[in-house]
Parts: sequence; structure tokens; C-alpha cells
Amino acid sequence: MAGPGHMRGIAKPKDTKKTFARLFAYLRDYPVQLLVIVCSLILSSGAAVFGTYMLKPLFNSIAALFAQGASSMLPMLGSVLALAAIYALGALGTFLGNRLLLNVSTGILEKVRRQMFAKLQKLPLRYFDSRTHGEIMSRFSNDTDTLREMLSQGIPQLLTSSITIIGVIVMMLLLSPVLLLVVFVVFLLMLFVIKGIGGRSAVYFKQRQEALAAANGYVEEMIEGQREVKVFCHEDAVREEFGLLSETLRRASTSAMTFAMILMPIMGNLSYVLYAATAAIGAGMTIAGLLDIGTIAAFLQYTRQFTNPLTQISQQFNGILNALAGAERIFELIDEQPEVDEGSVTLTYAEKNADGTLRECDHYTGVWAWKCPDADGFRLVELLGDVRFHDVTFAYEEGHDVLKNVTLYAKPGQKIAFVGSTGAGKTTITNLINRFYDVQQGRITYDGIDVRDIKKDDLRRSLSMVLQDTHLFTGTVRDNIRYGNLHATEEQIVRAAKLANADSFIRHLPQGYDTVLTADGVNLSQGQRQLIAIARAAVENAPVLILDEATSSIDTRTEGLIEQGMDQLMAGRTVFVIAHRLSTVRNANAIMVLEHGEIIERGDHDDLIAQQGKYYQLYMGMFELS
Amino acid sequence: MLKKLLAYVRGYTWSSILTPLTVMGEVILEVFIPLYMSKIIDVGIPNADLPYVLRTGGLMVLMALGALLFGVLGARLAVYSSNGAAKNLRLALFDRIESLSFKNTDKFSTATLVTRLTNDITNVQQSYQMMIRLLARSPLMLILATIFAVRISPELSVIILCAIPLLGGAMALITKLAFPRFEAMLKKYDAMNARTQETLIAIRVVKAFVRGDYETVRFNESAAALKNAQKRAEKLFIIASPLMQISMYACIIGVIWLGGGHVLDGNLQSGSLISFITYISQILMSLMMITMAFVNFVLSSASAERICEVLDETPAINDDGAAPALTVDNGGIQFDDVCFSYADDPGNLTLSHINLSIRSGELIGILGGSGSGKTSLVQLIPRLYDVLSGSVRVAGHDVREYPVETLRESIGMVLQKNVLFSGTILDNLRWGKPDATQEEIEAACRAAAAHDFIMGFPDGYQTVLGQGGVNVSGGQKQRLCIARALLRQPKILILDDSTSAVDTATDAAIRHALRTELPDATKLIIAQRVTSIMDADRIIVMHEGAIDAVGTHETLLASNKIYQEVYHSQQKGVA
Repeated sequence: MAGPGHMRGIAKPKDTKKTFARLFAYLRDYPVQLLVIVCSLILSSGAAVFGTYMLKPLFNSIAALFAQGASSMLPMLGSVLALAAIYALGALGTFLGNRLLLNVSTGILEKVRRQMFAKLQKLPLRYFDSRTHGEIMSRFSNDTDTLREMLSQGIPQLLTSSITIIGVIVMMLLLSPVLLLVVFVVFLLMLFVIKGIGGRSAVYFKQRQEALAAANGYVEEMIEGQREVKVFCHEDAVREEFGLLSETLRRASTSAMTFAMILMPIMGNLSYVLYAATAAIGAGMTIAGLLDIGTIAAFLQYTRQFTNPLTQISQQFNGILNALAGAERIFELIDEQPEVDEGSVTLTYAEKNADGTLRECDHYTGVWAWKCPDADGFRLVELLGDVRFHDVTFAYEEGHDVLKNVTLYAKPGQKIAFVGSTGAGKTTITNLINRFYDVQQGRITYDGIDVRDIKKDDLRRSLSMVLQDTHLFTGTVRDNIRYGNLHATEEQIVRAAKLANADSFIRHLPQGYDTVLTADGVNLSQGQRQLIAIARAAVENAPVLILDEATSSIDTRTEGLIEQGMDQLMAGRTVFVIAHRLSTVRNANAIMVLEHGEIIERGDHDDLIAQQGKYYQLYMGMFELS
Repeated sequence: MLKKLLAYVRGYTWSSILTPLTVMGEVILEVFIPLYMSKIIDVGIPNADLPYVLRTGGLMVLMALGALLFGVLGARLAVYSSNGAAKNLRLALFDRIESLSFKNTDKFSTATLVTRLTNDITNVQQSYQMMIRLLARSPLMLILATIFAVRISPELSVIILCAIPLLGGAMALITKLAFPRFEAMLKKYDAMNARTQETLIAIRVVKAFVRGDYETVRFNESAAALKNAQKRAEKLFIIASPLMQISMYACIIGVIWLGGGHVLDGNLQSGSLISFITYISQILMSLMMITMAFVNFVLSSASAERICEVLDETPAINDDGAAPALTVDNGGIQFDDVCFSYADDPGNLTLSHINLSIRSGELIGILGGSGSGKTSLVQLIPRLYDVLSGSVRVAGHDVREYPVETLRESIGMVLQKNVLFSGTILDNLRWGKPDATQEEIEAACRAAAAHDFIMGFPDGYQTVLGQGGVNVSGGQKQRLCIARALLRQPKILILDDSTSAVDTATDAAIRHALRTELPDATKLIIAQRVTSIMDADRIIVMHEGAIDAVGTHETLLASNKIYQEVYHSQQKGVA
């Protein structure tokens, strides 16, 4: 998947200032620690700079003592101890600063991750429809990784490097303005090199990222389709293609990395040029009586101290831009518009009074009620499962109506089936009932209440669903069934599994209900996975049941076996069934035949057979084969 | 392992050898510079010898420029050889993966294979690039700088010689302690990402069951656990940098104090003392670098191990027993007492004692419950897996006698979980036959009932499919896959439940076309629907890894219990 995650190194932040400000807002959670960190880092780099400056008086004192013919260093004890104290403070500052920074950066990362995930759970399905999983995942992996690097290394290094450079320049100025001039010349040379190399490497890095994304994408696709590759003997063609991609990657990568890698030796050795020039010119000046040995000693150390931060800044700069671009994508996700929910009607357990009126209660009684707020508090409406579509028109994309003027009703306890070819709009109907999507025209009522007035979570709690694509989670079989009802007892779980006819095969698994399933469920057949999904819906025990191709991968014989369980499961509930297999839907109270988003036939099996329309053709088509 | 990976340097051997050499040149020059500096101060200044100062200074500048040249050359060579070696390794790994059979690859999940080919290779490459420079640079620098320091003053060097093992030991200890913690952190990280990905894929389930809050709580728990693991791991490394500073500072102070004494005694000159301080920083920095290289090495060795694991796999299916010139003459298939197990375990057979003989040109239906062994049975024909015992024969020869490619070339197979690739519809169809003409392609698509819907797209056959064929429906995808298999003009055509998403009328039309278009090919059709196979010449009923019965629709309906059950479950109430 060539998501933006693979494109690290290209993206530039759109609005650097705004993103920085936003990141800064996170730092505000740690005002005291932040202050201490900044002070510590200043202390750390300050000590290094000042410690070197101390070399001047030390060396000059040694020279003076030597001139006096003294043989003991004792007169210098004070200044040596002062130097030790400065250094100790510096090391302490480094430790304290980094340690607190670890707290802050990991804390911020955790918060960012939490915010992203929490938002993710609140986004409408449209968001997920329009993005690949890889794209979203790269927010959690690549983008947070670069953010971590920036917070824990980039910004602190930028800070310490800047302090060091400024400190060193100030100190050099104090030591010898003439020598600083030499430094300045080499400094300009270094800037020139950085700018030149930086500019070139950006271009090559972009090429490298593109080549890497292409090669990785190819690998992913071919490994995913390895059975096809083998079955069609495409190994050699695929190898050849990959060989080309690898060669492109090698070239691009060699160019890009070269520019990145030569920066260090160039800068490091330019600093030796500076060191040499300083030594020679300094010595010349000392001979002329313009300078002393202590100054040369300190200055020489400064020339060494000066280059590393410069290289670091140039290296960190791209990293920071990168991280800001990543942070921007993270904020984009956090700022994404959540699923709108203006519903105010909630679902509640209820009990029936003797006179047939309802009263709210706090435990499962088999009776549910909608709690509708009104002028004087609220009124309770019993949940029966009466679902009606009133002239509903819906399109995923504007201009492409998937459902056109659909009107239908399901009375409580009825089994309604949808039949039609792929793309006719069957799944869309169920997606509208549970408000995965909202209707654009017309309305859907549930026990007389517009579904848009019902809180989404409560609405969905009133529906048990078995979805077309069976997704199980990594975890035990028991956990997967319990997903339908987190409070389900062991007994309820087993009962649900039995209803779905899953109990027997589960018991045959190596660890029974404790067998750990993996997400792609390689250890179960597709049919077995569907049975677990049915059990998961069964344990939820909601008044309305939606089965979207729930038994498509279950062979008809097994389907026959679970029929009894399914009948029990459906008893007393309103059920919506979508199935390819007409045998599955035969006994429905009403069968809707959909074509191109419209209901073209409706009625029970016998009606439809008698009509001799599309359903009749489909049904007979099964048995009248050419 | 290292030796094995080094073999992939071939073609880039010279640059790999030259890299450490140039780096050594750089180091030697770098180490000499402070020495000449001390001469300027100790000889030039006291003698007020300006020409000497300028000469020595000029020499130092030249040495620095020489070091720069070596440095750039070394970096360039390192990059060149590491990228070259990475390419070799990448190709070799991909090559190996392509030649492995499913029995091999079932051990690794697709996701880890992808990681091995992408991230792991990049890790190893960067590690190699760092290694061939640092391993030459840092130890040499450490040794040379130490020698020079000792030459300046053996007594002062005692300070450094004490500091080296102390700092080195501390670094080693930190690294040793930190590794398990980093591993623990990476595990937490992977687990968190895996769960996030799962909830993304199953977002509809999460929403349908209103588990958003539940998932958020779970995520927050793992995010907190990750945070703590990260802190636990990194707080150890945080000690490294102040520790390095303390060692360096302590040495400098010690050297100034003791060295100052020597200067006063006249045993040492100021310039030498200054250059000694420069050597201290060179020595300790090298030590730090060696630690870093070691850390890097261990981190990347996990990647290297994962790569070698795949490279070490020997393809379970190869052409060892094959006669190169043998060709598949017809589509006859014979199973002789075939047993098969995915785990190679005779106690856990997926197929047991299958005996079956299929004549060339027959249309065979295969029916059976989930897990009855239908797919396993047909996978043995193109040798996607090999039998445990017994033999599968095609056209009279054991499938192991054919070169794998020859065998598979003659078989068209549509898989249960089929995959389309990114590219145009035409590109995908050409997988079946790379040099197919437009006419051939259209004919195949007509037979697979795909031509009409393809032409319904604005771009027709040039319609671009996303990865995995995301923009066509399930039924359309199946039909494209059938067309792709038909293009091979196979001797044997296997359809593994490949019309499940196609409506019954189209299904029937496709089967009709198969009979007329491929009259001589043996056709094996696995299906759930009785209607998909009831007109087959013979129907095989599978049950728990064995053949329960073979017969025509009529005979099975009359005599086979499973077949009757399946049939009746599908047509209940009719007639």
C-alpha cells in the first residue's frame, strides 16, 4: 500500500507555524517540567561552553606559575574545583533534561495516540470508506514515530545546538575577535556546503522514497497474491519486474544516502581545517605578542565544539520538517468531523406494569423501551421492532443513487428477506437501519420513531448484526463470542455457540473455547468463522436481528443443521435477512426482490412464485439448468 | 549468519574493502593533526619561529583536506557497497520467497514476509553501511589516539586508561540491561498496532456492537503500557550521555591538574597538554561510537536473523525428480491412495487414502461440507502442496515427474480466495497468457460472462483496478478470475468455489460456455450449490477428508445420504 506513510521525507508541512503552535499546546500540560528541561539544557550546553572558556585562565595560570618557577599546582586548586563544579552541573543538567524530556515526550505521544484512537472510533464509516487501512495505520506508526524523534531528539538538539553555537561564538568573540574572523570564513564555507548538500539530497531523497514505496508496494501485492503467481507460473516475470524496481531503488538510494553521509566527514574535517588555521594564526599572533597560550587552548577546543552542533542542526532540520508534516496529518485525523448524532432517544430496560404501561428498570427483563424526551420529562415506547422505510432514496456518492424511493415495512416478529444480485442495494438497506449511513431523502422509522432521533449507540444496541465480511479479533474464541455482550456468562456464551451450531467444532479445537484465534483466522475455515460471528450476534440478544449473507460460506448441509438454532434465534424478533441462496429466505414473511436500488417484487414465497416474475425466474433457474 | 549475509556483497566487494581503507586514511590524518598542533605551540611559539608555524599550519590544513577527501570517499564507497549488497540481498530473498512452496510459506504470515523484504532489509543495509565505516574508524582511532596520548605522557595516560574500561564497562552494562527492555517495548508496540489494525478492518463490527468505548479503553491500556515500557527502556540509555560527559570532564580535569604539575616540573609542555585534551575527546568519542555500533548491530541482527530464516528455507517443492522434456499430453488425473497432511503428520490427515481416476475431458463436480478436504484435494494437482503418501498422476505421470512449470502451465486454476493485481483489467487478464490477442481475451471474457460488464465501464478493458481489485464487485472479480484462467487454454481447469458470488443464471451460462469452449479440458468444479454441479459427468462427494461417494446426480440422489441432505436442504419446499 503506497500510503503517505511510505512517502516520509517528501512531505513538507503546509502550515508550519500553526502546527508548531498546536504541538506547543501539548507542552502546556507540563509547565514545570518544561521550565526545568529548558533550564537543564541551557545548563548542560552552557557548562560545556563555559568549561572550555575556563581553559584560558587555567593555562595562563600554569604559564604564570611556570614563569614564577612554582612547583605546585595548589594555588590553582580553586579554579580547578570551580571547573569541576561547572562540569558536574553540566552533566547533571544533561541527565535531568533528558530524563524529564522522556517523561514529557512519552506522555505527549500517549496523549496523541489516545486522541487519535478515540477519534477514530467516533468517525463515520464514510471516513473509512475513502481511505486505505495503510493510510490510517501510518498515522499510528510512521507519523507518531517521526513525532517521537522530533520531541525526544530533534527539538532538544536544536535547542542545545543553538545555545552551544551562540555561546561558542560569544566566547570566541571574547577570546579573540581576529581568530573569530578565521572561524567566520570557515563557517560561511560550512553553511555553503550544508545548503548545497541539503538541497541536492532533498531531491534525491524524494526519488528514493518513491522508489522505496514502489518496491515495497510491489512486494506487498505479490506476496498477497502468491497463489496466483504460482498457479500462473509468473515467478520469472515477477522476479524480473522486482529486479528492475530494486535496481531503481539502489540507484536512487545510493545517490540520496551519499549526500546524507558525506556531510559528516566534510563538516568534521572542515573543523580540522579550522583547527589547523586557528593553531597557526594563533601561534603567529602569540609570537607577535597579541595572544596568550590559554586563549589558543580554549579557542582550539571551541573550534571542535562548534562543528557538531552545526551538523546536528542541518540534520535535524529535515527531520523536524518531516515530523511537522506527520504531526499535521495526525492533527487532521484528530480534527476530523465525528459522526453526527443528534439523536436524543435512548434505549432502556423496562418492565410492564399490570395495566400494560411501562416502567423503566435497570436489569434485563426481556422488555426494552425507547425513552423519548418530551415536554414533561420523557415517555416510554415499547421496543417492538417495527421498522419502516418511507420513500427512502440514498447515494454513497452524490448522483449515484443506490436506493431509489424504497418503501417497506417490517412488523414486529416478521422475517423480511432481501434478494437480488450484487450491487442491487441489499446491504445498503441494512446499513441505513443501523445508521452506518444516514438517508438523504425520505425517512426510516423504528417503532414509530425516526431513526435519526435515536442515539446511534442505543439504536445499534437494539440490533444484532451478522455482517457480510466476517471479522474476528485476535483473542480466544470465548472473547470473540463475548464481544456481542461483554457481560455474558459462560453459560450464555455456550448457549449462543450451540444456537449457531458452533459449540461442537469449538470443542474440537485444541483448547476449546480458549483457543486463540488470529485476526485473519487462518486456523478456522470461513464457514466456522461465520458460525462464531452468528454466536457473537446471538449472545447480544437484541430484539432485531440483521443477517447479511450470514451463511454464505457455510455449506448447505451445515446450514440445515443450524437451521433449528437459527429459528430459535429468530423467534420473536424482527429479522432482516440478505442471502444469495434462495433456500435460506424461503420461509420469510416477506421477500423483497431488489434490482438497481428499487424493489421490483415483494410478497411471500408463494406470492412471488405465483407472480412468475424475477423471483420465480431466479428460483426456477436453480433447477432448470441448461 | 554473518558469513552467509556477507556473501551478498559480491559485485561490491572492492568498494567494501576500500571503504575501511579510506576510513583508516582519514583516521590517521585526524590523529596526527593535534600532534602537529602541539608542535606549533611547543616549538613554534617559544622559538618565535613564524615560518615553522606557518609551514606546520599549512601541513595541518593539507592533512585536514586529505582527511576530508578520504572521508567523503569512504562515505560514498560505504553507501555504494551497502546499497548494492542490499539490492543483492533483496533480490535473493524475493527469489527465495518466489521459489518456496506454500508448505514453506504457511509458516510465515504474509505480513512478516513483507516486513522481512522491506524494513528488515533496510535495517540490515543501514547497519552494514554504518559498520564498514565505524568498525574501521572507531577502534583505529581509539588505538592510535591512545598510543599518541601515551607517547605524550605515560603518566597522564593512566587517567585515560582507567576511564576506558570504566566507561566501556558501563556502556556494555547499560546496553545489556536495555535490550530486553527494548524488546519488551517493541512487542507492546506491535501488539498495539495489530489491535488498531484489527479494529480498522473490523470497524463495522465495532460500530454494530457499539464497542467504540470498549476498544478505546483497551487501546488506552495498551498505549499506557507502551509508554511505560518505552520509559523503562529509554531511561537506561539516558544515563549514557551524562556518563560520557562525566568521564570526559573528569579526565580533562585530572589531566589539567596532573598535567599542570608536569608542566611546572618542566616534564611537559603546554601544547602537548592541549593536544592531550583533544586526544581524550577522540578516545572517548570512539568508545561511544563503538557502543553505538554494537547497539545497532544487535538491533539489526534481529532483522538479519529474520532474513536468514527465509533464506534457509529449502523449497519443499522442486524439480529434483523431474524429467525436463516431459509434457502434459492430456487432462487425465489419477489419485492413487493419496494421503495428505498440512502438518506432515500421519496422525492428522487432511486427506486420507484417496483413490480416484478422472478421464481427460470429464466435467467433475466436487461437493462436501466446509473442511471436508475439497480444496486440499485439488491443490495437489498443480503441486501447490505435495502428497504425504501415494501419488497424484496427470496424463499417466506422477506430478512430481513434470517440471513444476510445465505442470502448472497446463492447469488453469481459479482459487477460492482470488486476487487481482493493481493495473488495468487487460493487464490482469494477460496473467493467463502474456501474449494473448484482443480477440482471445474477449473470447475468454465472453465465456466467463465478463465481457459485458467490462464494456460497461467507461474505460472498458483499460479500466484500472486498485490493489486487490477493490473497484469491482465480488461476482465481477470471480468472473475476471475465471476469464484469466480460461486464457491459458488449460488441459485441466479447476474452479474452487469460484462462482459463489455469481447469480445462478450467470453461473449456468459460464458452465455452458466451459463445455463448448473447452471440450477437451478436464474440468473440476468445487461448489456449494448442488445446481452448480448437478449436470457434471460425475460428482465426487467429500466427507471428512475422504471420498464418500462418486456418481452422477441421479445415482447419488438415489443412494448417497450426504448428497441427499445437501440437495434437500437447498431445494426444500420446491415441487
